[in-house]
Amino acid sequence: MANVPDDLHYSKDHEWVRVEGDIGVIGITDHAQNSLGDVVYVELPKVGDSFSAHEPFGSVESVKAVSEIFSPVGGKVTEVNEALQDEPERVNTDPYGEGWMIRVRLTNPGEVDSLLSAAEYEDFTKAEAE
Amino acid sequence: MSAAPALKQTPLNAAHRRMGGRMVDFGGWDMPVQYPAGTVEEHLRTRTHAGLFDVSHMGEILVRGPEAIPFVNRLVSNDASKLVDGQAQYSALTTPEGTVIDDLLVYRFSEDHLLLVVNASTTEKDWDWIKSHHVHEMVELKNVSQDYCQIALQGPDAVSILQTLTDTPLEEVKYYHFREGRVDDVPAIISRTGYTGEDGFEVYAAADRADRLWAKILEAGRHGEPDGVLPCGLAARNTLRLEAAMALYGHEITEETTLLEANLGWICKLNKGDFTGREALAKQKEEGVRRRLVGFEMTERGIARDDQEVLIDGERRGRVTSGSPAPYLKKNIGLAYVPTEFADEGRQIQIDVRGRAVAAQIVKTPFYKREKK
Repeated sequence: MANVPDDLHYSKDHEWVRVEGDIGVIGITDHAQNSLGDVVYVELPKVGDSFSAHEPFGSVESVKAVSEIFSPVGGKVTEVNEALQDEPERVNTDPYGEGWMIRVRLTNPGEVDSLLSAAEYEDFTKAEAE
Repeated sequence: MSAAPALKQTPLNAAHRRMGGRMVDFGGWDMPVQYPAGTVEEHLRTRTHAGLFDVSHMGEILVRGPEAIPFVNRLVSNDASKLVDGQAQYSALTTPEGTVIDDLLVYRFSEDHLLLVVNASTTEKDWDWIKSHHVHEMVELKNVSQDYCQIALQGPDAVSILQTLTDTPLEEVKYYHFREGRVDDVPAIISRTGYTGEDGFEVYAAADRADRLWAKILEAGRHGEPDGVLPCGLAARNTLRLEAAMALYGHEITEETTLLEANLGWICKLNKGDFTGREALAKQKEEGVRRRLVGFEMTERGIARDDQEVLIDGERRGRVTSGSPAPYLKKNIGLAYVPTEFADEGRQIQIDVRGRAVAAQIVKTPFYKREKK
């Protein structure tokens, strides 16, 4: 079964957010990387770009397909994971750690409350599979 | 995820599920797109050791009778009369316009016994087309697609693995030749053909022996060892054939593209006698093709995908038929149709990757060619 850490917030588009003060760290879930297969390319925004919740901020490509990545929350990009340029496979091997994608300064830190908890996300992926 | 009940299944469906294959709807067939090892590893293992593919969804049409060869030869572009017993030939069923109904292999068992191996999604169309041309010739046609399983073992270790299961001296079977023999006591057609750019075999046997053959080949190939055989899904099959620049029906070749445009002039035997499409192809050959299939590799970061547009000097002038990362070459490559005047090797082009013009260069194909021993 897919790994779903308790301390993160999840979107129905299969992204996660870890809140660190007024910063949100964003990536895609273990379930998402597993569905995609081998990630071979990750396209990320630039530092300073702003996104509102549910807006696409980049894309992730496997051998077979391209998927957009949607920002689960609104914010301004403060850092992007440059290491994914040369090692996109980190998204597969460590989706919640070295496979993180961007850090954003949250527009509204309260926004994460509208996202799914780990338990809710697990139920959501199970329901989606049926 | 449960598959829609309408999907067709090969005899190995349960085996794929048991082994963790991710099943997808492939032209109406419930097929594994990849196994847990993943597309990249499956692809690399096939290049370095061996990969095993279930291609039982392919169609088989039996043609028997004294006029089998002339009958087939009037429908296909290559010259079936040149075949000897035990030989296979890459060919195409063509429309009167010289475009492609399907690409296929023609196997000759004897002068009055041929087997046509056709694509899965086109089997019914091909069958109807072939039957509709059968008037009074002395041939018997039979769609035997359901009777056969087809398992492809591909890669540099394919010969040594399969040899442990058969008395047929495999080294003696030349490329594009076949023998009837036994694989682990299962009667089989052992054909030295494939769709990966590697050496290897395609084994045809009775559908109800598929499970046993699959399991025996995996065992003989030490499946589970780091240098053993890996079962491979359709995604790896696609990237392997793309590196080898082999055409995929519905992509490079369709009823809208002619064989000459697709660089398949080598299977157009215009002097063999009349066949459907001969006149159109002869005319096109004389006048020259207006567009041509070329290979390209991306020179900037970005991956071209099927159906994206090709930009030349800023103008939209062509379309990608297949685009993908190439796991063995570690490049992003593709095939595309471009106007003939721009089809020269080395030309700088761009691919419209979701609104971004990404630089690429036309290169020689195949992208990958195995070293002959």
